Amino acid sequence: MTNLEKYNQAFMETFEITEDKLVGLKYQDIEAWDSVGHMSLIAKLEEVFDIMMDTDDIIDFNSYEKGKELLAKADYGVKI
Amino acid sequence: MSKIWNLLQHKGKIALIDEFGNQMTYDVLNSEASNLFERIGRRCLVFLLCRNEIGSVLGYTAFINNGIVPVMVNSHLEETLLQNLLNTYCPEYLWIPKNQVEQFAGMSVEQEAYNYVLLKTGYEKKYPLFDELGLLITTSGSTGSLKLVRQSYTNVLDNAQSIVQYLKLNDTERPITTLPMNYVYGLSIINSHFLVGATLLLTDKGLMQKEFWSFFKEQEATSFGGVPYTYEMLDKLRFYRMKLPSLRTMTQAGGKITPELHEKFAVYAAEQGKNFIVMYGAAEATARMGYLPPERAVEKRGSMGIPIPGGKFSLIGAEGQEVTKPLTTGELVYEGKNVTLGYAEKGEDLSHGDERHGILETGDMAQFDADGFYYIVGRKNRFLKIYGNRVNLDEIDRMIKGDFEIEVASAGVDDHMYIFITDAEKMDSVRDFVVGKTRLNPVAFKVIVIDEIPKNDSGKTLYKGLTKYYE
Repeated sequence: MTNLEKYNQAFMETFEITEDKLVGLKYQDIEAWDSVGHMSLIAKLEEVFDIMMDTDDIIDFNSYEKGKELLAKADYGVKI
Repeated sequence: MSKIWNLLQHKGKIALIDEFGNQMTYDVLNSEASNLFERIGRRCLVFLLCRNEIGSVLGYTAFINNGIVPVMVNSHLEETLLQNLLNTYCPEYLWIPKNQVEQFAGMSVEQEAYNYVLLKTGYEKKYPLFDELGLLITTSGSTGSLKLVRQSYTNVLDNAQSIVQYLKLNDTERPITTLPMNYVYGLSIINSHFLVGATLLLTDKGLMQKEFWSFFKEQEATSFGGVPYTYEMLDKLRFYRMKLPSLRTMTQAGGKITPELHEKFAVYAAEQGKNFIVMYGAAEATARMGYLPPERAVEKRGSMGIPIPGGKFSLIGAEGQEVTKPLTTGELVYEGKNVTLGYAEKGEDLSHGDERHGILETGDMAQFDADGFYYIVGRKNRFLKIYGNRVNLDEIDRMIKGDFEIEVASAGVDDHMYIFITDAEKMDSVRDFVVGKTRLNPVAFKVIVIDEIPKNDSGKTLYKGLTKYYE
């Protein structure tokens, strides 16, 4: 699986949504992406990519696109 | 004659600051509350659709302080459920966020202030209100029940005064909202802090949002409250590494925190010169019944503490006798002026007086240790706390049976509910149904299909037979 596929799958599984909903998706756009859903998403991404995210990045992660940008940072080096 | 607070006593001090930079002094709050009250002009029933916004707090203040009875509900409450509540209690007015007006076509806008509007409902039926009835609030659950807790003015004032005393609150406090005000724990923070002239920092942003923390730091918040799940999130956020010099106190209620997390936060607080205060309460006791003094937090981890000032605990054993020996389980009974009047399930109940006479059987099973500190060890009734919300399992079963006409039994542990059904085709729809009714994050719910729901000879569900699937 490519990184993009893994990334998308984490969103789709956590929020129980289809792939076509991902582009442009923001925190609280859907009921499932609340604080509880956010923590589940982060946990899943940390597991899938074997990383440990910083507090600042966890709270900065407010959209599907922003997440890609954050994971590409040198600290994690996950190019999506 | 203000029912709860003398707002002018805090003249010149700031009562509210919101995340958009707006603020309101106690004098303005007082005059705006008077304006709103005068528009209504007399004691009646009002539904308040709550948000952590200035308009919402203003409405609450205007109503409770002037003898108008608010029914506190979340502004995101599911529409059919809200409609059922409205039809059951027939309020004369609604005080709602301005951008929700379309939801109530046909009702006339009577007044507008701070992004909230007053709507006249037009219900012809008016139920008489008991003189001492101060407010109505749900039992921290949200499973579609029409049941409300009836709280008196004495209940609200007494509990707020007790909280001021044991948390040692004064006008330098700046609590930041982390809980909704239609939740008794969230409301108790407003009630107690307005007594001392403190400043509330209002935001609907959550712990997982950058905006929350910028607001926290900019406005130098001194305290916040959280349910067990809040502390789990803070733990995962590696909260201990954040620099929050203004923070003095963290309180916890809304369910039992794990002893491990209790210890982590207690140790963090001790090292940083802050307080971590575990508390115990229920909507039926207005809000608070017990607290663990912060200086004992590390030593007594896992305990919810001692009764609040003015309250008393006792334990009643299986045969109805009072438990006098330490480390013996009994049902926790609380006595105090904050024990509420009773429940309402229909409009006629609003005229009922005090049915509890200051005594509450909590339904929690507890023990005390040799020093008199109490520990919750279980529950008498079938409910779970999910993210701090009480979810009644029997009620969930009843709703599913009613809607789907299938065999069902739900069970689980706090924050994880398991719904057992035998009809595999209904798996997704049952889960969607429960998520829709509770409005809680789907992560908490799992539907498991089994061949048969275990029952005894008389047809009673054997819930113990289900634990093997999730423990």
